[in-house]
Amino acid sequence: MANVSGTLKSGTVAEQAGAAKPPIRLFRNMAAKLALTPMMATVIFVFIGCTLWTMFYSLTTSRVLPAADPLGKDFAGLSQYVRLFGDNRWQISVNNLIVYGLLTLVFVFVIGFLLAVFMDQKIRFENTFRTIFLYPFALSFVITGLVWQWMLNPAFGLQKSVRDLGWESFSFDWIANRRMVVYTLVIAGVWQMTGLVMALMLAGLRGVDDEIWKASRVDGIPKWRTYIQIVIPMMRPVFVTALVIVAAGIVRTYDLVVAMTGGGPGLSSQFPTIYIYEYMFVSNLSQGLAASTMLLITVAIIVVPWAYYEFGRRRTQ
Amino acid sequence: MASVSVREMSLSFGQVEVLKKLNLDIGQGEFLVLLGPSGCGKSTLLNCIAGLLDVSAGQIFISGKNVTWEEPKDRGIGMVFQSYALYPQMSVEGNLSFGLKNAGLPRDEIARRVQRASDILQIGPLLKRKPSALSGGQRQRVAIGRALVRDVDVFLFDEPLSNLDAKLRSELRVEIKRLHQRLNNTMIYVTHDQIEAMTLADRIAVMYGGEIQQLDTPQAIYNKPVNRFVAGFIGSPGMNFMDGSVANGSATVFRTGDIAVPLDRYRFDDAIKSNGEAVLGVRPEHIVYGSAASGQPFSQEVEVEVVEPMGSDTLVWGKLCSQNLSFRVEAEKSLKVGDRILIGFDPGRASLFDNASGRRL
Amino acid sequence: MSATAVDPARFREPSGPKPHRRFAPATIMVYSVLLVAAVYYLLPLYVMVVTSLKGLDEVRLGNIFAPPLEITFEPWVKAWTSACTGLYCEGLKVGFFNSVFITIPSVIVSIAVGSVSGYGLANWRFKGSDTFFTILLVGSFIPYQVMIYPLVILTTKLGIYSTLYAVIVVHTIFGMPILTLLFRNYFASLPVELFKAARVDGAGFWGIFFRIMMPMSLPIFSVAIILQVTGIWNDFLFGLVFAGLRNYPMTVQLNNIVNSIQGVREYNVNMAATLLTGLVPLVIYFVSGRLFVRGIAAGAVKG
Repeated sequence: MANVSGTLKSGTVAEQAGAAKPPIRLFRNMAAKLALTPMMATVIFVFIGCTLWTMFYSLTTSRVLPAADPLGKDFAGLSQYVRLFGDNRWQISVNNLIVYGLLTLVFVFVIGFLLAVFMDQKIRFENTFRTIFLYPFALSFVITGLVWQWMLNPAFGLQKSVRDLGWESFSFDWIANRRMVVYTLVIAGVWQMTGLVMALMLAGLRGVDDEIWKASRVDGIPKWRTYIQIVIPMMRPVFVTALVIVAAGIVRTYDLVVAMTGGGPGLSSQFPTIYIYEYMFVSNLSQGLAASTMLLITVAIIVVPWAYYEFGRRRTQ
Repeated sequence: MASVSVREMSLSFGQVEVLKKLNLDIGQGEFLVLLGPSGCGKSTLLNCIAGLLDVSAGQIFISGKNVTWEEPKDRGIGMVFQSYALYPQMSVEGNLSFGLKNAGLPRDEIARRVQRASDILQIGPLLKRKPSALSGGQRQRVAIGRALVRDVDVFLFDEPLSNLDAKLRSELRVEIKRLHQRLNNTMIYVTHDQIEAMTLADRIAVMYGGEIQQLDTPQAIYNKPVNRFVAGFIGSPGMNFMDGSVANGSATVFRTGDIAVPLDRYRFDDAIKSNGEAVLGVRPEHIVYGSAASGQPFSQEVEVEVVEPMGSDTLVWGKLCSQNLSFRVEAEKSLKVGDRILIGFDPGRASLFDNASGRRL
Repeated sequence: MSATAVDPARFREPSGPKPHRRFAPATIMVYSVLLVAAVYYLLPLYVMVVTSLKGLDEVRLGNIFAPPLEITFEPWVKAWTSACTGLYCEGLKVGFFNSVFITIPSVIVSIAVGSVSGYGLANWRFKGSDTFFTILLVGSFIPYQVMIYPLVILTTKLGIYSTLYAVIVVHTIFGMPILTLLFRNYFASLPVELFKAARVDGAGFWGIFFRIMMPMSLPIFSVAIILQVTGIWNDFLFGLVFAGLRNYPMTVQLNNIVNSIQGVREYNVNMAATLLTGLVPLVIYFVSGRLFVRGIAAGAVKG
């Protein structure tokens, strides 16, 4: 078993001596490493790889298919981004996202928190109420969009019902109104997502030590004041987590809009995700990719500081 | 006039009666300890006195006023909790002054009270810190301070030292005793630790199963426990118990196995002397050995089975008529397993309990 | 101890439990707010059910909120068997089975990969494993649109684009962050002594996983299953892009039925179709309420 070549592998001497071979670093935990390859592959090829691909090809002039010569004649620099910013349709999409995002965020949090506080008051039928508030979360956004489209339909829905009751001049045709259609999306989006925030907040409220409540009661602090000055500051982590989840969901809004308004009337309820989809698969690939990258950057602006805050803190603890 | 009075108070949660027709009078400036195992109702009783729990029946008086329906803040009490319950996002100063600000007290009055509390408890240098930056002992002092600034007559403590390690516990125990001596307020203190109870209390209320088993000074409870439960709960190491029976013949003796303990020096509570099954209780520290034992009304030779050196002295285990018996010897006395030694005790210092009811005879 | 005197005057003093006004203003406010909110939440469901049970004339002439004068199940039958989704008019049942064929394998594969990954990260950490996990988590916030096109190319190159396999792979990929997080946290919370004892006994990676970890993980598997079944069944985008025309899940078909501008709009059929599509996750939700809430909370709780 003598090693005739000049190079000795680590461990060969020990092998010749008859002792157990010390494991080579790479092969340790081999089973674990193999088992985790799907995860690692996903990270490398999808999350990193695909993202980089998108960002790279957004710098080219791809039309229906990816450019054949991306580094050569098809290289376009930032021209797709320039076109993007000049596109009226993109402007509308971004506007809609901002309006929808801010309004939904505010309403979801305010309503969600208030509902959680009320549910925390040791009421009867708590389980029933919670089931009612949370069931929309179990539905697809498509269903939400369709049913609210139906309910807000001027000809058959809310407007007609109220008029039938006697108020002839009542009008609620927001969904057909270019300026107001975004707000109908807010109504539907809030309906879907508030239950989740309420459930998270309620869990956070329940996590507040009972003795803090006793102490504030002995101190004579009224309940509402205790909520505002003591409990809410204690719930900061829950708020942040819920904020990130809801914000991440808002940026992804696609199904809801497709089902409820289809982007219409006309282009008035376009959203970035719809814009991307249509350009990417239909007319101008690289512009769609540029739009995707812009979306990515927006998300990064929200998520990266939060991740730094959250994970950085844990490392110091 | 009693400082705190509980009259015929009961508390039930649904069908379960947690506190059963309690009666308790606590004098002005008295340090009363509610002592008992988990689930005996001591914390519940404290919470009722504080007004955090609604009673099902009965009344509560504090400083002569009927406070049964009053909110905690109107009862003239301050409370200290097991988990300190400090408001985490406020500084120490904020914690101390929050309640006062809410009550609308003028700023200089608040400052004066905070200053006084921080002087007494020596937390002055900590005023600007947040609770998360304090040690356990410091947090507990701040919690006491929060009760102090309320300028009340009655302080309630709900197992305040249970979250601290042993060394801190004994340090803070002394501080609480000093605080009581300095302020002379009425203090009601809940604990499951009988050492805390014995060292701090003017009187102890031993509780079990929602009832007060015995309300007396620590010495009285130690020397004459009113039932088997109290006897076993107080005193560490625990009392020795021997099953047997009381026989009334020419002389009253306690028989177990083949030995008879003369009971002529024992003071029976009832005029009726039991004639049935009974339990004899003797504390390890009341058992003497060697030459001292031969002078005792009862003595017997036992074989050493286990020796537990505890530093200050040694606990020795043997068997008396096949029932375990422990007694104390000096640390210097070296005993080996298998040694035979004479032990004895005075039945006058022992306790006799009825086997069925556990009541003292 | 003073004896309690049975003094009649005493009984007019406060004694016993505090008198509670049954309908204190605060209580009234709480319940009314909750009731109003409940109406807001239940209204769409009510409208869906009610509309789906009406005949088309009643729908057109009547009030959207009025209960049906005549209950008919015809819209349901129509939705299931003959509604038109684009080119075909075979009803939702096609979509239903497509959804089943998509959901079941996707749930199984995604949970298999997620649980093993979570287990590996919790108990068998090696150099770089935590970095991968962090990138995985951060990556879960990347909007899907950023990665969709290259994924289409990838799946085409692999020959599986427009088939069920593509959807399954995509669902596994995008389910990985939350499932891995879920399982990792759970396995990390199990006593480490169990794991050490098994290693001392000579068991390896897979042995410990199948014989020790899995039997103890029923609760977390239930939560994961509920989360995934709901999420995958309700998915729209991936089904649309990757599954292929013949394999469209129920959600895509539903959207086609309702929003395709062909002929007469049969609102009652649309609503029946909507209910049919939502039936599966709703049933799961109502049956497993507690676990469902825990599943969502688990997604939000880190570490």
